[in-house]
Amino acid sequence: MSPLWVVRRIGFSVLVAVVLAFFAVPMLWLASAPFDSKPGLGLRWPDWTFANVVATFGHPYALTSLLNSLVLCVVATVVTTVLAALAAYALSRVRIPGRDLLLYLLLLLSSVVTGTAAMVPIFVMMLQLGLINSQFGTALVIAGGMLPAAIFILKDFMDAVPRSYEESARVFGASPRQVLGHVVLPVARPGVATIFVWAFVNAWGNFLLPFLLLRDVGRQPAAVLLRTLYDEGGSANLTVIPVFSLLYSIPVVVLYLFVNKRYGFRFHGGIKS
Amino acid sequence: MGSSRPGGAGLDSAGLGVRRAIGFVAPALLLIAVFLVFPALWTLYIGITNYQLTGPAAANPRVVGLDNVVEAVRDPLFTNSVWLTALFVLGSAVIGQNALGFGLAWLLRTVRPGLRRTIEGLVLLSWILPGTVVAYLWFAVLSRDTGTLGLLLGSPQTAWLVQYPMTSLIIFNVWRGTAFSMLLYSSALAAVPPSQLETARLAGASGRQTVRDVVFPHIRGHVLTNTLLISLWTANDFTPFLLTAGGPNHRSEVLPVLIYRQALESGQLGYASAMSLLLLVGNLAIALVYLRLLRRRA
Repeated sequence: MSPLWVVRRIGFSVLVAVVLAFFAVPMLWLASAPFDSKPGLGLRWPDWTFANVVATFGHPYALTSLLNSLVLCVVATVVTTVLAALAAYALSRVRIPGRDLLLYLLLLLSSVVTGTAAMVPIFVMMLQLGLINSQFGTALVIAGGMLPAAIFILKDFMDAVPRSYEESARVFGASPRQVLGHVVLPVARPGVATIFVWAFVNAWGNFLLPFLLLRDVGRQPAAVLLRTLYDEGGSANLTVIPVFSLLYSIPVVVLYLFVNKRYGFRFHGGIKS
Repeated sequence: MGSSRPGGAGLDSAGLGVRRAIGFVAPALLLIAVFLVFPALWTLYIGITNYQLTGPAAANPRVVGLDNVVEAVRDPLFTNSVWLTALFVLGSAVIGQNALGFGLAWLLRTVRPGLRRTIEGLVLLSWILPGTVVAYLWFAVLSRDTGTLGLLLGSPQTAWLVQYPMTSLIIFNVWRGTAFSMLLYSSALAAVPPSQLETARLAGASGRQTVRDVVFPHIRGHVLTNTLLISLWTANDFTPFLLTAGGPNHRSEVLPVLIYRQALESGQLGYASAMSLLLLVGNLAIALVYLRLLRRRA
């Protein structure tokens, strides 16, 4: 063990410690502030209490907004997953005229037309259709934005499912519907599950679209409410914000742990939450 | 995957038929057409009108041609915003996330599995937590008086988001988005032949030499792919709005924030659309380069 080796080893450990701290320190607030008797925008060892949790559950909009998030998210996620699975399967197995051009355009669309770039026309369109404050309408807008990427990723999965399974099922006289329900869907399940989780995490965290389209506080999801939690004095309501942030984060963290355990974080093209 | 069966008919292995297949694709395409293609095209039209949220121009918008675009290019707020967006993309994505993502992927190969999983888990968590929550986490780091950074550095009087808004946003976005680069480079590094790394080690190459001469040639394509994707996402990221809302005094007003403020706070829908158009064109340019790369690799 030369001195150089020791110096290097120490340098390496310091580097790892700095990286660890950079990523861990901001998150500690989520563990301490919710249970602190005087929660603030800063980190300190909490003076343990459950009063904030009680206050949050008593807040008139906190639980409603989580429920709104769930409704918005489930509609957007189910629409995305079902429509993307159908489209991806058909595009993978059948040579529809113009298929390659369509796939190219989908890939282009999924990256070019983002919520930020199209926020003005989306807002104007929903305003003129009278769909401002419509949760269902907002969910469809979110689904429309996620669909191109979802179709693309799922088509990769479908391409990897061997055709011989379907062929043998047909040899034994299964109808197309039976082939889809009993052969294709079970085999493609990991891909469908991936898209489901990806869409859910995306829709759950989406701030811009509900912020634009849902103006009524009783219909806003957690992402928007969290932004507008003020107390009577007009300053940020720090009793409710930390606990609410924690509650709102739990579903994403649970899904992450589930995916990590079940599939591991493999790479699927352009997934981003 | 090519079909090995003759006649090509074997492709349609479930016996779906072209008509039913179109029926499968149609609902998805309808939704995409209504909520993605139509708004994108409509941006073109709204961008050449003086459409406003309220007032006379709200009821009867008038076509003003390219005036909006000309006005935007001359508008100091717009040029300021383009410059800040470029700085944000360059600092946080092209340099920050790229370098840290590669660094993590490279370092974590040699770290104990337990520690490795912990670091990867934290990096991924910072990526998937909802944006509004993450904004509060960083308020707690950067705020004045009680903020964690002020305590660590012994200068609690510094209001980081007010005094150094762009630097704060760049560091925040490195924290927020490095996970993608880390994942991509991890899988790219797994494809570098171990025998070549071993040869480099036996030849006494330093870490830097190994990365430059052995690793980089293998992952050059990934570097380009990664840089294009994270640049595109960063340029379109709305999270800066949650942290600084463009302030103080427009010093962190990146393009997405400027578009929002012009459209919904000032009500200048036509003018904001013209700005969105320029963002769309920028996105299109990056995406076309990216798709060309993908095709060449395929």
